[in-house]
Amino acid sequence: MLRFPIWKIIIILLPCLWGVYSFSPHFFYSQVEKYNDFKKTENFKTDNQSPEKLLWYDWAPSNLVNLGLDLRGGAHVLVEVNLEDVYSERILNFWPEIRKTLRTIRGDVGSFTQNLSDGDDSLIIKISKKSGISDAISILSNQISQSNKVLNFSKFEENKIKVSFNQQEKNKIDKQTMDQSLEIIRRRVDEAGTREPTIQKQGDRRIVIQVPGLGSAEELLQLIGKTAKLTFHQVIKNNVSCEKKPSSRNIIVPSIDDINSCLELEKRFVVSGSQLTNAQPSFDQNNRPAVSFQFNPVGGRKFGDYTKNNIGNPFAIVLDNQVISAPIIQSHIPGGSGIITGDFTVEESNRLAILLRAGALPASIKVLEQRTVGPELGADSIQSGKIAAIISGLLVLFFMFFSYGLFGLFANIGLIFNISLIFSIMAYFSATLTLPGIAGIVLTIGMAVDANVLIFERIKEEIKTNKSLYRAIELGYEKALTSIIDANVTTFIAALILFVLGSGPIKGFSVTLGIGIVTSVFTAVYLTRLLISVYFNVTKPKVLNF
Amino acid sequence: MRLRLVPSNTKINFFGKSKLAIWASVTAVFISIIFYLINGLNYGIDFRGGTMLMIKTSDSTSIQEIRKSLNVLDLGDTVVTKISDPADTLIGSPKQMFLIKIEQQGNDEEVQNNMIIGVKETLKKDIGEISFLQTESVGSKISDELIKKAVLAVCLAVFAVLFYIWIRFEWQFSLGAVLALIHDVIITIGIFSIIGLEFNLSIIAALLTIVGYSLNDTVIVFDRIRENLKKYQSVKLIDVLNKSINETLSRTIITSLTTLLALLALFIFGGEVIRGFTFAMIWGVLIGTYSSIFIASSILLKLGVKRDWNNKNTGNPGTNYSNFDN
Repeated sequence: MLRFPIWKIIIILLPCLWGVYSFSPHFFYSQVEKYNDFKKTENFKTDNQSPEKLLWYDWAPSNLVNLGLDLRGGAHVLVEVNLEDVYSERILNFWPEIRKTLRTIRGDVGSFTQNLSDGDDSLIIKISKKSGISDAISILSNQISQSNKVLNFSKFEENKIKVSFNQQEKNKIDKQTMDQSLEIIRRRVDEAGTREPTIQKQGDRRIVIQVPGLGSAEELLQLIGKTAKLTFHQVIKNNVSCEKKPSSRNIIVPSIDDINSCLELEKRFVVSGSQLTNAQPSFDQNNRPAVSFQFNPVGGRKFGDYTKNNIGNPFAIVLDNQVISAPIIQSHIPGGSGIITGDFTVEESNRLAILLRAGALPASIKVLEQRTVGPELGADSIQSGKIAAIISGLLVLFFMFFSYGLFGLFANIGLIFNISLIFSIMAYFSATLTLPGIAGIVLTIGMAVDANVLIFERIKEEIKTNKSLYRAIELGYEKALTSIIDANVTTFIAALILFVLGSGPIKGFSVTLGIGIVTSVFTAVYLTRLLISVYFNVTKPKVLNF
Repeated sequence: MRLRLVPSNTKINFFGKSKLAIWASVTAVFISIIFYLINGLNYGIDFRGGTMLMIKTSDSTSIQEIRKSLNVLDLGDTVVTKISDPADTLIGSPKQMFLIKIEQQGNDEEVQNNMIIGVKETLKKDIGEISFLQTESVGSKISDELIKKAVLAVCLAVFAVLFYIWIRFEWQFSLGAVLALIHDVIITIGIFSIIGLEFNLSIIAALLTIVGYSLNDTVIVFDRIRENLKKYQSVKLIDVLNKSINETLSRTIITSLTTLLALLALFIFGGEVIRGFTFAMIWGVLIGTYSSIFIASSILLKLGVKRDWNNKNTGNPGTNYSNFDN
């Protein structure tokens, strides 16, 4: 047991040396971080004299653990995409076809109307002759579902037919919606010029947005929370009651300045924001903040024709179901460019321009959580985490040394390698270190020596039964091993469950705890045994002062 | 000069007072449940939904000023507490920090977001010198999910462990360990209910770590019991258990101490954000150490274990189980 073949020594020492080697850049964290940032830029290969490049060495290891938002400061937002919004929009595209089919069997179904409100995932068709419902469903299914294979028709109540997408189509639409939402959120965040944001899909319908260094999640939400659906409508009537029931061709939309005042607009829009090619913050002739925009050729032509034919009429600019402004068309506007005025501040016009440039979200989103950690608290947390880790490390080191003397020293060497290994493995996998993660490391420091305590106590017991020192040490390691494995497997199970089920802070904690368990068994069992064997082979002691 | 915390040959009779230990534990569990039913837990916004702001102000600001400033906004249930950091007090530069908790504002997230913006502006205007250290807002949908996930995680952990020990040992060990675990978890939740400390996501992480740690302890004692059961087949079970606990006692104490040392450093110097977590851990390590010495083994004694561990033919295990001696 105490004799190690060369290959075994190498297998034990290599990871330890790698650990220390890869840990080393963490001593120069901010320096290496700047160097790494620069490495990602294009200048890196050509520019050899820039100060950033001189901060670190090409040949040296440069992997760092990422600092979590709680340590670095920044904003975190979790949102859910209302996927159903898109169903209702898309399903309406099939209405003409359905209507055509139903008209051919008018004798069976009588008159019919459709009903679809925002956010519904299915279209309801009400027919006047309930006797014809099963025929209608089978004919619709045969003619429409057979050809496009995306719609389901079913009986809803005795005189209503429910039209919805089948699951396969829903999945397809969901995926498109998510991809689009991700893309548009990314564009908006990028347009705002924030630094290295993380935008990730989580689960089926959620998106996590993290922006390090941003002062508040509220700011981020003003940018991504809005759908930013822009449409231009003809105004039917100004100043109507918001309670008014519009005709089927019209809609009632509240004004942004006063929620209690509404306008009646034509439901069909003239042009929409999807036909914009550009939007910039600007000022109107009275020097008030505004947003100027430019349509693509198709949108431009529509806009031009419309303004030519409606000079003198008001026309409404609607953003996310609110009328921003309803100016009177003064003249024909050719060329497809225009300006949106409203009661904006400079900041708001800036934001609106970004939103219009980036495009509308395909579906509305709901904010599930928003978290901000100020940079001050982040720095404080790093500082206190560092201090706590160093103090607890020192306490444990002293304690082990005073309890076990030389062997305690060996255990301490194992502990130091263990910590550097945890960091190196985390850096290698680009894992993120959070404050709970630091707690995990500190806890590991406390628990890592457990394996050594078990072994040393066992050796003591074996010495008591008058075994030779050699034999006692061998037996100590051998017999303690089953306990060590059982004990660590159980803790590892807890860490694994935390990792799978946990979110945010819990996950960070479970990562360091889990890695710590593996590395601590390695250093406490193998490395210390190697150290003891070297010690024995060099000094050949007869008694051991335990 | 060597540190000796536990004399090398202890012969403490841990079961002499086992009745007392069990009654003490049963009482503690009972009190915990009563308090939980009456007091409930001081859930953090992770579990309750709502908004939390942590702010730092100049020395002269008082809680009343903050409350007064917020009252104007009519935010419903709002709690302002002052935070004191023992580490800062030690260093001699105490900071003035407050925690503001505001209940969920309806179901509209835009209202929620505007509320946060409003609160920040109002405080900036009224208090003057202020910095916002942390702002968190969790919707009720996510908080319901987090509760479910947390409960699931704790249950899953306990079952996984039950299964592992059952595979590695015998069902009596498994039951003993799990009862000890449930005891630890209930008493830890109990202390949070009694002193009204905030119960949030990180406390769940602490609970699960306590599960891991307490188990670690229990398994090591059990491991020794199994070994001694093989070695001393004719010795009474109670004596084998006593001997095993005594033999592992110094390890149990030393490991608990190193872990507690590390945790204590974290508690004092680790900052406000993880103080609740560290508190739960310290409490859990104490309870876990106690339960693996007194509770897990007592249950084992009551249940009895199979004594013939050398018999490889375990095809008929039922014959050996109830061969206990007390």
